[in-house]
Amino acid sequence: MNRKPLRPLARIFSARNAGENPDWIENANRRERIEIQHERILRKTQMRLLMMGGIFVISFAVIGMRMTSLAVSEPIEPRARATAAQILASRADILDRNNRVLATNIETHSLYAHPRQIIDPEGTARQLAEIFPDINVEKMAARLAGPQDFLWLKPAISPEEKQAVHDIGEPGLLFGPREMRLYPNGQLAGHILGGTTFGAQGVHSAEVIGIAGVEKAFDTFLRDPRFDGQPLLLSIDVTVQSALEEALYGGMRLMNAKGASAVLMDAHNGEIVSLVSLPDFDPNNRPRPLTKGDASDSALFNRAVQGVYELGSAFKAFTVAQAMDLGLVEPGSMVDTKGPLRWGKHKINDYRDYGAQLPVEKVLIKSSNIGTARLSLMIGSELQKDFLDRLGLLQATPVEVIEGPTGRPQYPSNWSDISTMTISYGHGISTSPVHLAAGYAAIVNGGTLVKPTVLKQPTAPLGARIISQKTSRHLRSMMRRVVTEGTARMGDVPGYSVAGKTGTADKPSPEGGYYKDKVLATFASFFPSTDPRYVLIVTLDEPEDRTGPEPRRTAGATAVPVAAEVIRRVAPLLSLAPEIEPPLQNGLTLANN
Amino acid sequence: MKNLFLSCLVVGVMGLAFWAYTENYETKAKLDEVAQLNRDIAEARSRLRALKAEWAYLNRPERLLQLVNANFDELKLLQLTADHFARLEQIPYPGPDLGPITEPIEVMNREASP
Repeated sequence: MNRKPLRPLARIFSARNAGENPDWIENANRRERIEIQHERILRKTQMRLLMMGGIFVISFAVIGMRMTSLAVSEPIEPRARATAAQILASRADILDRNNRVLATNIETHSLYAHPRQIIDPEGTARQLAEIFPDINVEKMAARLAGPQDFLWLKPAISPEEKQAVHDIGEPGLLFGPREMRLYPNGQLAGHILGGTTFGAQGVHSAEVIGIAGVEKAFDTFLRDPRFDGQPLLLSIDVTVQSALEEALYGGMRLMNAKGASAVLMDAHNGEIVSLVSLPDFDPNNRPRPLTKGDASDSALFNRAVQGVYELGSAFKAFTVAQAMDLGLVEPGSMVDTKGPLRWGKHKINDYRDYGAQLPVEKVLIKSSNIGTARLSLMIGSELQKDFLDRLGLLQATPVEVIEGPTGRPQYPSNWSDISTMTISYGHGISTSPVHLAAGYAAIVNGGTLVKPTVLKQPTAPLGARIISQKTSRHLRSMMRRVVTEGTARMGDVPGYSVAGKTGTADKPSPEGGYYKDKVLATFASFFPSTDPRYVLIVTLDEPEDRTGPEPRRTAGATAVPVAAEVIRRVAPLLSLAPEIEPPLQNGLTLANN
Repeated sequence: MKNLFLSCLVVGVMGLAFWAYTENYETKAKLDEVAQLNRDIAEARSRLRALKAEWAYLNRPERLLQLVNANFDELKLLQLTADHFARLEQIPYPGPDLGPITEPIEVMNREASP
């Protein structure tokens, strides 16, 4: 680099000669040099600032562009993720106790239309009506020619229907994928399963939501992706359910009843193996609820859970159980049965006159209202109410179907002495058959409470003790004698040692009072009587056996033979081997020394 | 020396760039493959579900009953009743074990001889 000298000799000499101070020249040069230096620094700094600015502009531009592109583009999932455990969006299956499918999903298609793209609305409507008979041609043509952009036509169609619609060749008819709930067994267990419907729906998918039964009660569980499609295991047995439905339907027709229900429950853990309510319905094609008339006449009405009825004499077993458990009476103690029993303005009668006195066991076997009312007076209102409450007969059932809480028992708010007496033989208190099943299970299984459930139980938890083992044993043998020598003689099934108690209750009329010729016949049974495994409740609504000279309506002539047929059909399916019954031990108690 | 180092660096960078390029394409190909497999799995699962549903539908008790009735002449299937159960004592005790048949030809010969 050429630097200009501070003291150029030529100028110094000439300045000396002129008599000037040569230092001035040096100073001037020095100043010039500093100015040049300053200018260079200035330019360098400006350059740096410019570059800095440029970098900022570029980086902001890059970030801005990236943000714009992220905002504008469609989001996509990262592809490199391990997708082994993929999230199942579909509703979980429902299986029976042997893992047979009760409810599953199939893939179908929904049909929708873009009316603006429809070329020939009338022709399309006509051809659609040929495929779907429920379509009205004129209305459909008007809708297809309408101003809308979008129309739902069918929520779910079969592959054959889809092909047929496809063959119309109309560009405005479009299909969206749909998961549809399928109940492969049709009507079987329809009341337990309930049914589903489509919730919020879009073109690509639709929400399937439960509307009744376990489908609604377990809606969140079935839809929750966290459980990864883990199926819901019910305690129902498809084979038993089918046999029971068939036998009950036959019995209902034979006895000219307008409805029937049956509950088959494991006596030890409360699992409901089968629950039938007739008339029933197909959950694949759920009927609409009745808009007028009595809701309990609808096929949708679950008589076994929702229907609360006065179940009549079947309740006597509870009264006798409590009286014996409190130590008030022994099976052989005599009870006053002289009728009619007057209490204020009320009068209690027996079906026929049983004389002045009967032993407690005969009160149950012969089904004496007066005898049971006397026992209840010995027990007292408070203890009776407390006992029934502990058996769960005063609260809604805990059964896990959505209809459960609607089957709330009805009983007088003022539990007076006369209420105590009528309730002792099952009048003035309304409960559902499931309540009765759980109550019977508790008093015959050795005396421990069971909680009715439709879910398969991994273990058999022992419930709270209700009555003693001894009382339970006495009750079992008494109720066995109801079948061998009492009101339920038609209920004996060889090999299965059926025991139980009948109940015939006059139906209350909506105008007040009771019908004379309409009854609800109940048979609450359990088998085998020595060591009960199952409790079976059969109720028939307005049965009438017209085979004899006079129509017979008592439970012994209607519900009992139907229950016997049910047990005959169902017990072998439950892998219960028939057994030779040990003889009844009259008055002898087993002793172990 | 300096030039040699620089040219080595350039070659190295080019080599790495080529490796990254091929790796990128291979990864993309693998991802496509995985996506295809996932689609296949989903399809297989849906097919499996459809088959299970169909199996359950074909095995519904109502249909089985109809089949049993329709084929009664051939199968003679009856409803299970209490008298179909038997005690263990009622079943004949199985005879002595014949032992494994190791020389089938000899047995055949013995059968054939009068």
